[in-house]
Amino acid sequence: MAESHGGAKGPAAGAHTEADGGHHSGGFPPFESSTFASQLVSLAIFFVLLYVIVSKLALPKVGGAIEARQNKIEGDLAEAQKLKDQSEAALKAYEGELASARSRAQAIGNESRDKANAQADAERKALEEQLAAKLAEAEKTIASTRTAAMSNVRGIAADAAGQIVQQLTGVVPDAASVNAAVDASLKG
Amino acid sequence: MKIDPIHQFNIEPLFTLGHIGNHTIAFTNSSLYMLIAVAIISLLMLASGSQLVPGRLQSVAEISYEFIAATIRGNAGAEGMKFFPLIFSLFMFICVSNLVGIIPYTFTVASHLIVTVALALVVFFTVLIYGLAKNGLKFFKIFVPHGVPGYILPLVMFIEVLSFFLRPVSHSIRLFANMLAGHIALKVFAGFVAMLGFSLGAIGWVGGVLPLALTVALYALEILVAFLQAYVFAILTVIYLNDAIHPGH
Repeated sequence: MAESHGGAKGPAAGAHTEADGGHHSGGFPPFESSTFASQLVSLAIFFVLLYVIVSKLALPKVGGAIEARQNKIEGDLAEAQKLKDQSEAALKAYEGELASARSRAQAIGNESRDKANAQADAERKALEEQLAAKLAEAEKTIASTRTAAMSNVRGIAADAAGQIVQQLTGVVPDAASVNAAVDASLKG
Repeated sequence: MKIDPIHQFNIEPLFTLGHIGNHTIAFTNSSLYMLIAVAIISLLMLASGSQLVPGRLQSVAEISYEFIAATIRGNAGAEGMKFFPLIFSLFMFICVSNLVGIIPYTFTVASHLIVTVALALVVFFTVLIYGLAKNGLKFFKIFVPHGVPGYILPLVMFIEVLSFFLRPVSHSIRLFANMLAGHIALKVFAGFVAMLGFSLGAIGWVGGVLPLALTVALYALEILVAFLQAYVFAILTVIYLNDAIHPGH
């Protein structure tokens, strides 16, 4: 195998064996100029191949993946920010609505309480008036009833007195004297 | 038991591809490991899926992508992203071939100067051609730093020009020497373990503990170096390209 290589050193057979020998024992391989051409050609082929693979396939692919991830992350962050803004706006709207509802509720409460108070006052006043009227009427009725009763009592007393006198004396007393006597005793 | 720390760097032709002039072009073990590196990178980048939530392999692919992209943006600005495929290819090629190379019995592509020189020259000429094409003669501003007094300007310019043309040398030798030295050191220390064991018997096996521990520690260091040298190569490429993009630094 080394033979073909040693051949590179020169066309002469002598140089051939010399190169071969130097190759394995005495020579320092990195300074062995007979191997330079092979190494340079291989390096050119493989480095150019690598460069083409790297520039046409590898870097676009890996770079694309990184960029896609970056875009995805940025998009997701923007989306998250948007949603956060939305939720904050919703929260603010909710709080505003809550506050206005609370104040409205308070206003309605105050209003209805005032109205109820006013109504209650009016009703109480009407009721009091009614009651006062009824009371006055009742007092009047009582007074009249008492007057009537008193006059009835007088009649009954007169009747009773007449009856009693008749029973006791057998004489029917005249009504005028009985009435006078009853009046006198009622007064007395 | 003979330690041969150099054997691991041998180029073994596997089959012949053809001839250019009187050079035989062979598919060698080095070619095989370049192919393996390209295959691993392609698998990692292409077969790892494009899920919204990445799996492990996809995470590695995306971390590599973003690591290099951030390095370029940080050192050469958004304009530097034009060279993203080049820098990504360089970084991944060196990093993966280095990491494969520290597996025992494998071959390290970057342990050969010709490979690192070729890669450094690709960078050098990219900088030179792009810089001239984009900036025209303004590109030569990179040799004339701001705020240097006139009387030492020629000296500074001489140093700047020299350092510009020495860039591919330092760029390539740094990577090559790191990989070469690391692998030789690993092999030497690992060889001590076997040598002690075979030559001194039981005492040797006990004595071999120390070089074994050193080998383990060196191996860990070499994993770091494999990545770090790829990163250094890539970031120097970015810095050099930044000169071509923004020559009036």
